[in-house]
Amino acid sequence: MSELSVVGTRRPKVDAVAKVTGRARYTDDLRAPRMLAAKLLRSSRTHARIVRLDVSHALALPGVHAVLTGADLPIAYGILPVSQDEHALALEKVRYAGEPVAAVAADDEETAERALALVEVEYEDLPAVMSIEQALAVGAAAVHEERPTNVHRAAALEFGDVDGGFEAADHVREDIFFVHGNTHVPLEEHATLAEWDGSKLTMHTSTQVPHYLQRALERVLELPTSRIRVIVPALGGGFGGKCDPFSHELTAAKLAIVTGRPVKIALTREEVFYAHRGRHPVLMRVRSGFARDGRITAMEFRCLLDGGAYGSYGAASMLYTGALQTTTYAIPAYRFEGLRAYTTKPPCGPKRGHGTPQPRFALECHLDKVAEELGLDPIELRRRNLVEPFSWTVNHLRITSCALEECIDRVVEASGFEEKRGRLPHGRGVGFAVSAYMSGAGLPIYANELPQSEVQIKVDRGGGVTVYSMATDIGQGSDSVLAYLTAEVLGLEPADVAVVSADTDLTPIDLGSYSSRVTFMAGNAAVEAAERMRALVLGAVAEQLGLPLDRLVLRGGRALDPGDPESGVPWVEAIRIAAASRGPLVTAGSYRPPDLAGPYKGAGVGPSPAYSFSAAVVEVDCDPETGEVRVEKVWVAHDVGRALNPLLVEGQIEGSVYMALGEALLENHAFRDGVHLGPSLLDYKTPTALDMPEVVSIVVESDDPEGPFGAKEVGQGVLLPVIPAVANAVHDALGVRVDEVPITADKVIRALRQGRVGPKRLPDFPFRDAVRVDPPAQWRAAP
Amino acid sequence: MMRLPPFRLLRPRTAAEAAGLLASSGTDTLAVAGGTDLYPNMKRRQVTPRTLVSLRGIDELRGCRAGEDGELRIGAGTTLRQLVADPVVTSHAPALARAAALVSSPQVRTVATVGGNLCIDTRCNYYDLPEGWRASIGFCLKAGSDVCRVAPGGERCWAISSSDLAPVAVALDAHVRLVGAGGERMLPAAELYEDDGIRYLGKRPDEILADVIVPPGRGLRATYRKVRQRGSIDFPLLGVAAAVRTSEDGACEEARIVLGAVASRPVRCLEAEQALAGRRLEPGAIEAAAELAAAVAKPMENTDLTPLYRKRMVQVHVTRALAELTELG
Repeated sequence: MSELSVVGTRRPKVDAVAKVTGRARYTDDLRAPRMLAAKLLRSSRTHARIVRLDVSHALALPGVHAVLTGADLPIAYGILPVSQDEHALALEKVRYAGEPVAAVAADDEETAERALALVEVEYEDLPAVMSIEQALAVGAAAVHEERPTNVHRAAALEFGDVDGGFEAADHVREDIFFVHGNTHVPLEEHATLAEWDGSKLTMHTSTQVPHYLQRALERVLELPTSRIRVIVPALGGGFGGKCDPFSHELTAAKLAIVTGRPVKIALTREEVFYAHRGRHPVLMRVRSGFARDGRITAMEFRCLLDGGAYGSYGAASMLYTGALQTTTYAIPAYRFEGLRAYTTKPPCGPKRGHGTPQPRFALECHLDKVAEELGLDPIELRRRNLVEPFSWTVNHLRITSCALEECIDRVVEASGFEEKRGRLPHGRGVGFAVSAYMSGAGLPIYANELPQSEVQIKVDRGGGVTVYSMATDIGQGSDSVLAYLTAEVLGLEPADVAVVSADTDLTPIDLGSYSSRVTFMAGNAAVEAAERMRALVLGAVAEQLGLPLDRLVLRGGRALDPGDPESGVPWVEAIRIAAASRGPLVTAGSYRPPDLAGPYKGAGVGPSPAYSFSAAVVEVDCDPETGEVRVEKVWVAHDVGRALNPLLVEGQIEGSVYMALGEALLENHAFRDGVHLGPSLLDYKTPTALDMPEVVSIVVESDDPEGPFGAKEVGQGVLLPVIPAVANAVHDALGVRVDEVPITADKVIRALRQGRVGPKRLPDFPFRDAVRVDPPAQWRAAP
Repeated sequence: MMRLPPFRLLRPRTAAEAAGLLASSGTDTLAVAGGTDLYPNMKRRQVTPRTLVSLRGIDELRGCRAGEDGELRIGAGTTLRQLVADPVVTSHAPALARAAALVSSPQVRTVATVGGNLCIDTRCNYYDLPEGWRASIGFCLKAGSDVCRVAPGGERCWAISSSDLAPVAVALDAHVRLVGAGGERMLPAAELYEDDGIRYLGKRPDEILADVIVPPGRGLRATYRKVRQRGSIDFPLLGVAAAVRTSEDGACEEARIVLGAVASRPVRCLEAEQALAGRRLEPGAIEAAAELAAAVAKPMENTDLTPLYRKRMVQVHVTRALAELTELG
């Protein structure tokens, strides 16, 4: 690759100073003239029919401008076309404690809160359904009465000859695991400000997906999208928790229309726990067959997901619990049975890693157990099964660049894993795991063959460059990445590039900040748009100066012949030349991933234009008397393709490790008697700075052929291997297994007394016979 | 965000004036110092006082000083951050400084006071959540309902004493000086507390905790251990304060073992203390005492982790506390 001046250099994010100085304006910082404040009345019941709902007293309170109930917003919606099962405010029935039932807009929040207390609701309680077991039990109360059972979605898929693979195995092992649910805990609570000018709705809101929100608003409000503008101000973290259209957004919009005044709703921290859409609790059984040498002959996964009250992304989440196991190991025959059940809890959805951290935890712990049984080194077992670069998996996923082996080598060496494993004093241990993740979902959420990302670039006469993209900077640095890529192509500094993002009126489509898609997809679109701008400008300059076009480049703020540094013209001059002969300096680029979905129902989940790969080693210090697990150090090697800014890559690695450790050791989105156990930052144990160990980030670059400058994802993948690595480290330290996360101190103590803590069985469910899918033509078993 | 309910703030300049205001202002008046306990409780509408009497402007409540005899007097308005750093405290009552350093977060310690921590409201995870949440469980005894959600059959509130300083104050045999409208009195720290989650303080509402008086150490060694899930912020799941005085030959002359967060008040482990009397602090004696201490603790299912785990931890941490004091000797 030619020499790069921006890509690969360490620099702060373009909005770093605004954020650390408090200058960045988040949604809740915004005020509009005549703005009203709205609050949501939330169900105090877990599962109940609404017998009577009387808002007249609330409406009569001075200072109250409007009160809405479910009947005012009767159209169902949901992020996935297959799961249109939500209402902005409960209709007839509530399905979790905390579900919005009514909304009040008033002069201020205090008045709105007083009005909420005046809303009269009479409920008729129905039995709560609080777990997978309860949801699937015979005679269970129906969460959605129009459905015959509480099964939201189920799938059974089989790739290759699974039974044959098990028959050929010298050794078969089966393990059962459970991941308790957890939630995102973004620092910024969700907020929205809706304005209606009589014909057009403008909404500033904390969403990761302005385009999908615009579609939900279109559907529920019955407004054409041309009359809906969604803008995302500075956003304080999402992690998947701001990827759905939410009740507060739809009700704020409706209240703005009804009152003709701007309406803001800012959720409290308690309400964010009810908005949820976090990690599904998943009960899993993994069974694999191995040849004597440790090669996998067949594998099957059964995953039962506790979905909460509504669909959300659940149909995809369920398939994700089966999709990516094959992206690290060359599994020759693979069967997946998955099920997502409705329960009477806040809906689960996508959280960093979306559906894949749970099975990854199961798989990597399972492999350690297999290695122990076979008497193999756990890393050697994995090495014998690694997926190859530029290969296909048995379930039709295309692997391109892959430096997984290098990740393993580097992390093992840096951590001294082989010297430490089994050799540290009792209570100290090391654990290892690997993983892979998508650089963007290959398919959009609603079927279409359009670009998934488009970028426009405009250059002004002073030389300033503006990049327009709907990609949403949720703190991950997507604005920065677009500035870096554009600056690199145009030979400028990122400071010369302004980014206008996440505004459905001003910016061309991007599907949103989810599935680690933005760097890859919006990045490729930006590179294309910038290359077209470069061609346009250089073409004009070559003509004007009478130089051959193929000798000209943009570099260091000049259009020049690199062989003659004195040649050419400054960028600003080049712009004037180009504008004079070419007209408006506007270009656009777009990106649509290659068509990669396999020939089966459900194949839309899993394909990605490229996968990142990670390996992690975790060292723990466990106190055998108290069960406390302290993580001493974490080493992570991550194949990011190319680090566009190593500082941001390391930030994403450290953030992923932080989130993973919270999930591994502390966090539990738990319920008691049908009610959230502790919807607060005191009760919900997200780690503090003092709980964070040293993290060694090793950036591995495999230079993906399709990524922008070779880049792949880094926002989510690193989380995955850390959780099982913690569990494996606890086993190395104490010799016992905690086969469920979080691995809290009390479970460690129980494990020390019993040998193991974890689920013992899965509830029966009659899955249909698996759909048999032939491996792709390009697939070949390892030699 | 959750907002404070409206209230009137009075700012007296002396303790006596404050006590007078509390006595004359009726039952919906409360004292506030740092506010790190009270204000969140008010935001959650657990209490909605119409009037607050601020103790922050009262100079006489601030500062720590040691008498010539070694008696330590700590103004209740001293912040925890000041307490941690005050050389008078770290030399005369290091265990108190250690406990203070383990309270919540640096931000909270900067405004939270000694008196506030000693008088901190009892806590229960059926109680310390916003009003709407409490409504969804039908409220509880402490929130005005007639059922305790932790032990629905009983008639008392089991909310937990969650002060980190209280067990240490009791272990050090500290006294508190209370200033009331009718005058002042001294009370042993242990008697400041009642075994009831609702009426957990043995002082009248108009009485202000003015000073903590720690008697001269005379060779008393003390320590405090705190169990919590995270390295910061969390209230204790268990607090263990231990203090021992040994004779020259190592025999235990006096021992105090006080548990926090296992009941509605700090709990002294009298049998464990007696078991140590006259014995050297050797593993066998320590083990026996720790076992007796654990028998006293009856944690309930109303805070983080399981009651069984918390009970098991009593033995572990009493053992460790006593072992630590042995090493100090």
